Amino acid sequence: MGNLYDLSTLPTIIISLISILVVLYAYISVGAGKHFKIREIPGLKAVEEAIGRATEMGAPILYTPGWGGDIQRPTTIASLNILSTVAEKTARYDCRLIFPTHDPVIMAVAQEVVKEGYTRAGFPDRYNPNDIFYISSSQFGYAAAVDGFISRSRPASIFLLGTFEAESLILAETGNSIGAIQIAGTDSTIQLAFFIVACDYTLIGEELFAASGYLSQNQSILSSVKAQDLLKVLIAIFVIVAIIWATIDPSSTWWRY
Amino acid sequence: MPIRLPLFICLVAGLVMFFQYFSNHPIARLIYQTVTNDWWQVIFAFTLIVGVVSFFKITLKKIIQKKDIFYSLLALGGLLLMPLLALYGGTEIESPFQWAFENLLAPMQATVFSLLAFFVASASFRGFRARSVPAAILLGAALLVLIGRIPLPESVAESISKLGFWIKDYPSMAARRAILIGIGLGSMTTALRVILGIERTYLSGK
Repeated sequence: MGNLYDLSTLPTIIISLISILVVLYAYISVGAGKHFKIREIPGLKAVEEAIGRATEMGAPILYTPGWGGDIQRPTTIASLNILSTVAEKTARYDCRLIFPTHDPVIMAVAQEVVKEGYTRAGFPDRYNPNDIFYISSSQFGYAAAVDGFISRSRPASIFLLGTFEAESLILAETGNSIGAIQIAGTDSTIQLAFFIVACDYTLIGEELFAASGYLSQNQSILSSVKAQDLLKVLIAIFVIVAIIWATIDPSSTWWRY
Repeated sequence: MPIRLPLFICLVAGLVMFFQYFSNHPIARLIYQTVTNDWWQVIFAFTLIVGVVSFFKITLKKIIQKKDIFYSLLALGGLLLMPLLALYGGTEIESPFQWAFENLLAPMQATVFSLLAFFVASASFRGFRARSVPAAILLGAALLVLIGRIPLPESVAESISKLGFWIKDYPSMAARRAILIGIGLGSMTTALRVILGIERTYLSGK
């Protein structure tokens, strides 16, 4: 029989509870009339430009959540949140949105998200479920299929937002070779370097997670982005205190937990 | 009510999965195993059927419309061939299924993967142009790391290699950690937004 509470997770639960309280505080302060604003993010500002370009060229938009993640990953959820806004805008401009995926669960959720986006825009008839489709769960099978699609259909804009692994550069370089405007973002620091080189705009770090708030200007979502900033300040204070402590007392280890 | 029910289910599921992490009680472990293994496999299996049917329909439609006919026939052929081979001769080592896997699928995957080497070269060529001071610093750092990996006379190689590792372990790692902290906080607040019902994209944002 194990214990009801695992004592080794004490530091994690303390930090988690502090984080939850900070997020709740920011959320409640929206109700009290506080207005949040976040800085301009070039990658997200370019979303409108990318959709406009595809509409003018009469070419489709390709949106991929990458191969690396499933629906449980926050990065995939963040990507689907952006997809919702992109779908709403493509519906308005009557621009074709294509979403190939490696995961059938993501496909089912994405179909629902895009359908709702089209309905919100007032054009449910423009939604085509066949444009959100499953390809293969094999990493390079997926990369080859998306690459083939990019080469043959020549989309005007490509969104690479989600969890990417080795396929990131294969997709980004193919998109670059056809001259598509590319907006990318991922939670992998290794793949970020590839995206920065091969794409026009890259969402770095938390920018991907702030995207849904930025695009919708929903104050409740923006409040959680502000909570992130507050948590970052707390982490910075902790790091400074730990550095000073470790310098004065090199044998101390409390800060390692 | 139609909106509150999924929000409630999401809140309860999120809180249960959050609190089970802090317990090593058998019931907490059982909940974790049941949700992540059993339930997840059932959901995945059913949606896989939907995914494969969708792929089959789209590819068949392309063949009928004579659009990308060669690729579509190849894709559909592959989709039908592998399960047929598995049903016909099983999936043992000497089976036709294994032969197809090792002699068709594996080499094709390796081919796509090997393309990465050429893409890295073309991307590096574009990325390492010294058009500004930061780009020149990036180019210098990349050259040092690259030269550190080349077999050179020991007296030269050792110092360059040390400098290359220092760049990776300190300035590069500091930047990576800053990004990772942002990603960690972003992941956590995204999860909290969904659990607390602040983010409702999956409910059409109602």
